[in-house]
Amino acid sequence: MEDVKLRNFHQAHWNEPIIFELSVPGRRGLIPPAPDEEIKKEAGDAKNLVPKGMFREQLPALPELDQKRVLAHYIHLAQETLGANLCNDISQGTCTMKYNPRINEELAAHPGIASLHPWQDVDTVQGILQMYYEFEEILKEISGMDKFSLHPQGGAHAVYTAASIMRAYHRDRGELDKRREIISAAFTHPCDHAAPATAGFRLIILPPSENGYPSIEAVKAAVSERTAGMFITNPEDTGIYNTEIDQFVKIVHDAGGLCFYDQANANVLLGIARAREAGFDMCHFNIHKTFGTPHGCSGPGLGALGVRDYLAKYLPFPTVEYDGEKYYLDFDRPESVGKIRQFQGPAGVLVRAYAWIRAVGQEYLKEVSEISTINHNYLQKKLQELIPEMDVPYAPGRRRLEEARYCWQKLFEATGISTTDIMRRVGDFGLQHYWTSHHPWVVPEPMTLEPCESYGKEDLDEYAAVLKHIRDEAYSDPEVVKNAPHKCASHKLADESALDDPKRWATTWRAYIKKKGRT
Amino acid sequence: MIRHRLGLVVNPIAGMGGRLGLKGTDGEEVLRICRERGAIAEAPKKAVEALLRLAPLKNEIEIVTYAGEMGEIEAKDAGFNPTVIGKITPGDTTSEDTKKAAREIADYGVELLLFAGGDGTARDIYSAIKEKRQPVLGIPAGVKIHSGVFAINPRRAGELALLYLQGKTKDVKEAEVMDIDEEAFRKGRVSAALYGYLFIPHERTFVQSKKAGQAASDTMDLEGISYYILDHMEKHKDALYILGPGTTTRAIKEKLGEGYTLLGVDVAKGKRLVAFDADEEKLLEILSDAKEAFIVVTIIGGQGYIFGRGNQQISPKVIRKVGLDNLIVISTRNKVSALGHNPLLVDTGDEELDRALCGYIRVVTGYLEQRIMKVSA
Amino acid sequence: MEEKEKRRAHPYIPNSVPEIKEELLKEIGIESAEDIFGQIPEHLRLKRPLNIPKAITSEYELKKHVTNLLSKNKNCEEYLNFLGGGCWQHYVPAVCKTIMERDEFLSAYVGEAFADHGKFQAQFEYASCIGELVDMDMVNTPTYDWAMACATTVRMASRMTGRGKALIAASISPERLSCIENYAWSSTSDIETVKYDPKTGLLDVDDLKSKLSDDVCVLYMENPNFFGVIENQGQEIADLLHSKGALLSVGVDPISLGVLEPPAHYGADFACGDVQPMGIPMSYGGGLGGFIATHDEPKFVAEYPSLLFGIAETVEEGEYGFGEVLYERTSYASRDKAKDFLGTMAQLHGIVAGVYMALMGPQGMKELGEGLLQRASYAAKKLSSVKGVKAPLFDSYHFKEFTVNFDGTKKTVAEINKALLDHKIFGGKDLSKDFPEMGQSALFCVTELHSKEDIDMLADALASVVGM
Repeated sequence: MEDVKLRNFHQAHWNEPIIFELSVPGRRGLIPPAPDEEIKKEAGDAKNLVPKGMFREQLPALPELDQKRVLAHYIHLAQETLGANLCNDISQGTCTMKYNPRINEELAAHPGIASLHPWQDVDTVQGILQMYYEFEEILKEISGMDKFSLHPQGGAHAVYTAASIMRAYHRDRGELDKRREIISAAFTHPCDHAAPATAGFRLIILPPSENGYPSIEAVKAAVSERTAGMFITNPEDTGIYNTEIDQFVKIVHDAGGLCFYDQANANVLLGIARAREAGFDMCHFNIHKTFGTPHGCSGPGLGALGVRDYLAKYLPFPTVEYDGEKYYLDFDRPESVGKIRQFQGPAGVLVRAYAWIRAVGQEYLKEVSEISTINHNYLQKKLQELIPEMDVPYAPGRRRLEEARYCWQKLFEATGISTTDIMRRVGDFGLQHYWTSHHPWVVPEPMTLEPCESYGKEDLDEYAAVLKHIRDEAYSDPEVVKNAPHKCASHKLADESALDDPKRWATTWRAYIKKKGRT
Repeated sequence: MIRHRLGLVVNPIAGMGGRLGLKGTDGEEVLRICRERGAIAEAPKKAVEALLRLAPLKNEIEIVTYAGEMGEIEAKDAGFNPTVIGKITPGDTTSEDTKKAAREIADYGVELLLFAGGDGTARDIYSAIKEKRQPVLGIPAGVKIHSGVFAINPRRAGELALLYLQGKTKDVKEAEVMDIDEEAFRKGRVSAALYGYLFIPHERTFVQSKKAGQAASDTMDLEGISYYILDHMEKHKDALYILGPGTTTRAIKEKLGEGYTLLGVDVAKGKRLVAFDADEEKLLEILSDAKEAFIVVTIIGGQGYIFGRGNQQISPKVIRKVGLDNLIVISTRNKVSALGHNPLLVDTGDEELDRALCGYIRVVTGYLEQRIMKVSA
Repeated sequence: MEEKEKRRAHPYIPNSVPEIKEELLKEIGIESAEDIFGQIPEHLRLKRPLNIPKAITSEYELKKHVTNLLSKNKNCEEYLNFLGGGCWQHYVPAVCKTIMERDEFLSAYVGEAFADHGKFQAQFEYASCIGELVDMDMVNTPTYDWAMACATTVRMASRMTGRGKALIAASISPERLSCIENYAWSSTSDIETVKYDPKTGLLDVDDLKSKLSDDVCVLYMENPNFFGVIENQGQEIADLLHSKGALLSVGVDPISLGVLEPPAHYGADFACGDVQPMGIPMSYGGGLGGFIATHDEPKFVAEYPSLLFGIAETVEEGEYGFGEVLYERTSYASRDKAKDFLGTMAQLHGIVAGVYMALMGPQGMKELGEGLLQRASYAAKKLSSVKGVKAPLFDSYHFKEFTVNFDGTKKTVAEINKALLDHKIFGGKDLSKDFPEMGQSALFCVTELHSKEDIDMLADALASVVGM
């Protein structure tokens, strides 16, 4: 540990122009295949194939570049991005990304998936349907749920779908008008609040008690004949396992509600504990988190939604079924909540996830959970040894499972260096900045680290050493921390208020040019 | 080169009573005891601590202050060369001196007025400059710190002042000026009042890229809360709504028409305000022929009180008349979070009622969001 | 005694080396991970090993296994494909593939703008290019797909107008209609469809007039619509809606915008669609990403649920930086009665679509669009030459898709498509269930990948299949 050498890092900094600034009239990056002469002759001038007034005379002002320049430009931009596969990224607590194996990209590019149309005859897609089916079987075993939907494209999307199912369930029972309240907890992921709200529910949020999760009394106080259900995580952001979770579920069930278990991050529960034993009616996994598929700068991911048998009829259509000989799609599901996305979901992500779980398999899946919790507990110990100001609020002495919400308040009070200063400074050492917390902060000056199984001891030591170094800087050279980052691809904005000002904000180059008054 | 003007008022006796268990230094008799017993003044030390944080702008700041221990000495101790505009009798400053200093310094023209003291000092500052939109910031140095105008510690006060002068923090927000009656407090009774609001620099917490959902914005929450209440009023057209004081309830009052009060209790019916700044007697009178009524209150001050601080007009009698099932507590998410896991507090002065109010209560934090909070007495 | 065979470390799990695991356990001061998991109550624990397949730790064997499964599929490179309808087989340029596979973009999470600067810029450029295509100034970062994009515009319109009734053109994709019905449930009390003219496939403006009341927040229609028909009454429709204080949202195939007027030119308030045709493989429908564009006015901007990346200057002279526009949206918005959620969506596809638009440029988009119009026209004529086949069903202009009616063949689309498989052809999407009024009809799609020979082959195959 003592001999961890901090990197003398500098990120690529290309000062890359906006692509429109590289445009030169006449340059071409790609020539599309022209129709055969005979087609042109038969069809005639394209202008005459469009109703009057609908032919676009003024071409869209897209940039005009040669191919190499487009390639180079985007490679530059790629180099100015710290992907998880190339840096120490143990720091996205609640959502740390795993290693995304390269072989899975090769497989996802195979024409047997890349060049499949979703409406092909099922006889011609038996391979991919088998994969859907087998992957669902694995998820069913891991969670104890009875049926899965792989349609949602992200975790929040799966949560939204679960909320749609709760809506359908109460509507069927003639109680939807009455049951409009969803119970959730303050440290549960905010999408468990926003998605049910989108589906038309009102949220009742439970505060954490001294042990980091809500008290049974608070759950009892929250339920009523208006309760539609509960959306909750375990462990929540604090990494503390709620040992009373099955009692929460029972209270909500007794009140007539359904319970959804947000297992976006199930990294530490694989083969350890399941949603079923805790009594949940539904759960979901972020496949792009727990099952090693890439996040792609924020999608496409896959939010696999599992339900118990009595809710299966509500899943989005079509479902993938097997009749003993053949796999097929079942569209005939009259009680389904309908579609939440077109076609059969993000199938390319499924292929990667299938490959990941097959590579890890029965022998190593539990190892994933074990190493995740060992990695976390090792890191927490290191941090608390190295940094006397580091607090881990709630339930003192109790081990966290996969992550912890740390607190820099003492350092802040002693030096004025805040968690966001430290977070920015981390980038100067070639590590990904860390996640603080969702807002509003319940733990002051928060930091959330989650070193999943993809990281080795040396990565944990390096991250701890960097945080210790920055902690020392907070006393010895606070300005360097406050003004960080110094070695990243970009710097602080000169005036952030421009982004809130209708006269100055610009989400497109054309808007920027207009507002700047440039030509 | 001088680019910024910063006002400074130090209440040199603030904090003296604390060590002697005197719960404040308001009142001449108490002050005399303090001085006789040789109590140590906390404020000068803390003011210097805050001013030291301004070092990066030392050559650009003109500190405008009063003579001697009311600011001049502290400014000099921190290495500044202040502009002194008023005189005092050393060792014998009073609340009047604080008020006079605040008024004159504000009139002189400063970007920010820093003051060191406690709730009593904040009240004096408030009474002197409440008509002006003068940004202020309190350096906590007094025994009683219930007001929201203070930074969490002297160092933070200095840093926030620095950010504000540098233009890195441009926003201001309204913060409560509260004080408890020391006389009553020393006799074991707490009687706090909300005196008003002053503008303080508002450092927005750095907001990270969204992983999901929106960040907690007070504006957003206030909009949502007020529409929640308006919809509630729509469903209970004939009911009376007793709206407590504060900026949270103001968001509702604003939507109900002219003449509302920020510090008082107003009453609405059918989405219109029907009574303003009502006292207990008036509330009971209005309630006497109401079929249905609701009380809408918010958290006042940093301790988490929903009854018994600044809204004593809503007395035990009023609460009982309305009924415990008809209480609506509202708050922004930020205010709830600031409590950590401390409970909401009630102190109606009626122990039996306080006990009945204890337990869990719903707090409306947005149109579609409520929080379950614990209530203690 | 023989030493127990040492367990091999897994390539994806660095600390699965037994000695390292031991070392960490020792550092923590525990015997095994069970000392941590032990806090989970017994009755919540899974007390048996998971019954899932064994690990395939060799990469080669894994590749073989998965490739075998994928090879069971018949893909659109082996077969001649005429399916479209929201997921289209356009050419995927090599540069798009390269950028899509870069580990930096591929594996990036939600980093901040200083360390993930390139990702922000790429997304800003994507939005900028969409802005040029649709001729609008405000563009979001992509949502899941077109369906969720158009459903979102319905919710936005409902919030903006405070009205609860949405009109949806019946000529949109049934899957998208289903998404709207689900997603807009809490914001719109009433969703009504507006008929299409059975002869032309265009929106029935009289039906719109009869349904347009003061409580309508929006009409959502598509152009080209689901049947491939190019709508030419856009301005009239927009004027009608605006006269009642309602908004117009138009779904559009971005590939068409090199030759077709964008929705903004005929008065639309929202333009939305899917980025998939722009350089993203179909992937069995996995390659989607929905865009939304509007005018750059606070009342629109405030209602976007999406991330909006804005450009701004940094403290360094001449350096661009990025951040989120109007983070606290509702400070400009009416009320937060109908919230939207946000999460992992489809940003990588947005970035790749940006690369595609930069490669194509204005000329590329024009040439591509012209070629599609011509191919569709040729294909419809060609198929019509088959006895009993009517193509297109609607007497209108079509972009790259058109409906083909087989009533004259006395065969069902299902029968025909099954038979076409023997010719290694994926026939058009069967519409007979979703649009029974159209009889035995199918939606065919041609793209720039179709040569004359391919189209002729389809016609020949059809002729032999219908056997007349």
